[in-house]
Amino acid sequence: MNVRQLVDPDRVHRTVYTDQQIFDRELTQIFERVWVYCGHQSQVPQPGDYQALAIGRQPMFMVRGKDGQIHVLHNRCPHRGVQLVGNQKGNVGGALVCSYHAWSFQLDGKFRSTPLPHGYDGTRVGPGNPDCSVKPAARVDSYRGFVFASLSPTGPSLLDFLGEARVAFDDMCDRSPVGEVEVVPICHRVIQHSNWKFFMENQLDALHPSVTHQSTGVAAGRIEKKIKEETGQAPLYYHYLSAFASKFEQWDAVQTINFPRGHGILKAYMGLRPQDPDTRAHEAMLVEAYGAEKTEEYLSRGIHHVLVYPYLSVQSPLQQLRCLRPISPNKTLSEIWHFRLKGAPEAIYRRSLWYYNLVNSPATMVNADDLENWTKGQWGLESEGGDWVSFHRDHGGDSEQNGVIYSNHGTSEAVMRNQFRAWVQYMADTP
Amino acid sequence: MASTPSNGNPPAPAHPDGSPGARLAQDIVIENAGGDAVGAQAIAPDHAARAAPSPRPVPEVARPASISTPGSTPGSTPGSTIDALREIEQFLYRQSELLDGKLWQDYIDLFTDDGVYWMPVTPEQTEWEGSPSIFAEDKHMMEVRMGRVTHPTAWSQAPMWTTSHVLGNVVIEAEAPGEWRVRSRFHMMELRRDTVRHFGGTYRHTLVRQAGQLKIKLQRVDMFNAQAPYDYVLQVWV
Repeated sequence: MNVRQLVDPDRVHRTVYTDQQIFDRELTQIFERVWVYCGHQSQVPQPGDYQALAIGRQPMFMVRGKDGQIHVLHNRCPHRGVQLVGNQKGNVGGALVCSYHAWSFQLDGKFRSTPLPHGYDGTRVGPGNPDCSVKPAARVDSYRGFVFASLSPTGPSLLDFLGEARVAFDDMCDRSPVGEVEVVPICHRVIQHSNWKFFMENQLDALHPSVTHQSTGVAAGRIEKKIKEETGQAPLYYHYLSAFASKFEQWDAVQTINFPRGHGILKAYMGLRPQDPDTRAHEAMLVEAYGAEKTEEYLSRGIHHVLVYPYLSVQSPLQQLRCLRPISPNKTLSEIWHFRLKGAPEAIYRRSLWYYNLVNSPATMVNADDLENWTKGQWGLESEGGDWVSFHRDHGGDSEQNGVIYSNHGTSEAVMRNQFRAWVQYMADTP
Repeated sequence: MASTPSNGNPPAPAHPDGSPGARLAQDIVIENAGGDAVGAQAIAPDHAARAAPSPRPVPEVARPASISTPGSTPGSTPGSTIDALREIEQFLYRQSELLDGKLWQDYIDLFTDDGVYWMPVTPEQTEWEGSPSIFAEDKHMMEVRMGRVTHPTAWSQAPMWTTSHVLGNVVIEAEAPGEWRVRSRFHMMELRRDTVRHFGGTYRHTLVRQAGQLKIKLQRVDMFNAQAPYDYVLQVWV
């Protein structure tokens, strides 16, 4: 497979979205090698707490050990292959015990015992044989409480992999006076009938909102205006929606920053620093914790979304993230999480909750139209109505410094070009 | 607000000086001016308003008032539970017909001015505000949703879709003068393009009587599959 023939600097061949072999290779070359987000440490607070997840095609789970360390293990008993945890989350107690023949393992996956152990006398089964322990992810690391694992023993460290996209987690945590967030233990899961790349491209695509989301933006703007006329002020969450219907020129004025490895940032557009009493109380707490200068540095970061390519979209100012799990070339699961800023006023959580409910819930008034576009997009690309996907907007018009590409127009398709630059590197690389 | 509203077409942001902090120090904030021509609307005539699909006719449902025996207003006299139940059932059937008929305004009108439509994620949740929800909408937000799905460029509304609600197991959980808490179960089928989806669960209505009419103060919807993955989304109220 010569993937380089499928990707030009300004266009890509449709099969990168549709072909099963390419998809399988993506899982092998990208998803099962890079650092994949497993969850937040607060999802497994107690020893024995687990959360099931998938890394590429591999069913895995993260579990808190007795020493407090978090382990990421394959969900497979080394005896006969049966999955060891059977729910999405729960607590296994003091040890992992297989439901089939009661092989048991320490919480770090190490072999512990079997019933009637003399039955294995003289065989290769025993604590000394690593094949008798649950296979762990090759590498596990965390950044500011966010746990990642890689199935590849080699490759960049987590920090190197995240690069400057790590600001996603800094921007989230620095808004807490104790520098930490904790998970809201609800996960919205939504399936899109399209390739995972549609999502990743869409997140930083500043041309689409006022087209795709016009109906919601206009409808919300109308009610926002009505409430303002009646009461003088409309709740901020109307603005979350009405902003989607802004003028093309306004969207063009924002900027995307596109990093190596396909990561990127869409800079702020929502004006999430109003001067209401809740915000002032929150900022006062931060000033007390970090001083005025640091607080200003933290709160003036202009971030709307940060993308960690190829699967994570972090909306740090609103403490939520969407994580992709590709299922097939035309099917992708997104898991959507929300976090609380530890120690911050309840009102700040509630304000961001409106965005979680209105935009990220399964009754979303925003993503509904995205998902519809991507479904139709997938069908279009599966057809023989054309071979190429165009990423020509502002091609040649961006600025590059030290491998970072800055769009000079918000609507530049630099985002997609940069993602495919990384994609080719991953896909062409021999493992 | 630590930002400059951008009106019209401000110049592209100045070039970063290299430090991560400076890169993100951008003051551009998009404010929806609420003007007439925004986004795609500005490209005439492609996105000029088209006629919204006309709602389908709703089968006649006898108005509850004509069913209740005079003098037996629910809750007002002893032994009125059967009458109350009958009136409430007719009210809930009408609600289903309005939803299936896409008569969104008529559906919204079933709510009191402070009425709320709420679909929590877990059965344990007790407050419509302050916890993650699938829907958490007061009447204003319901108007946004109606405005959205009836807008000519609500792209997700282009594919044919329709629903069929069946409602039953109606139980009055609690009764006070002029107020009823009612539990019922529903099954909704939804056809979208060529695919049928099924949704089921429990309604909990808090109903009040205002000017002789039953009104919804709270409609709580507990989907039995609320925590399962949603294959695509819910467009409107269930």
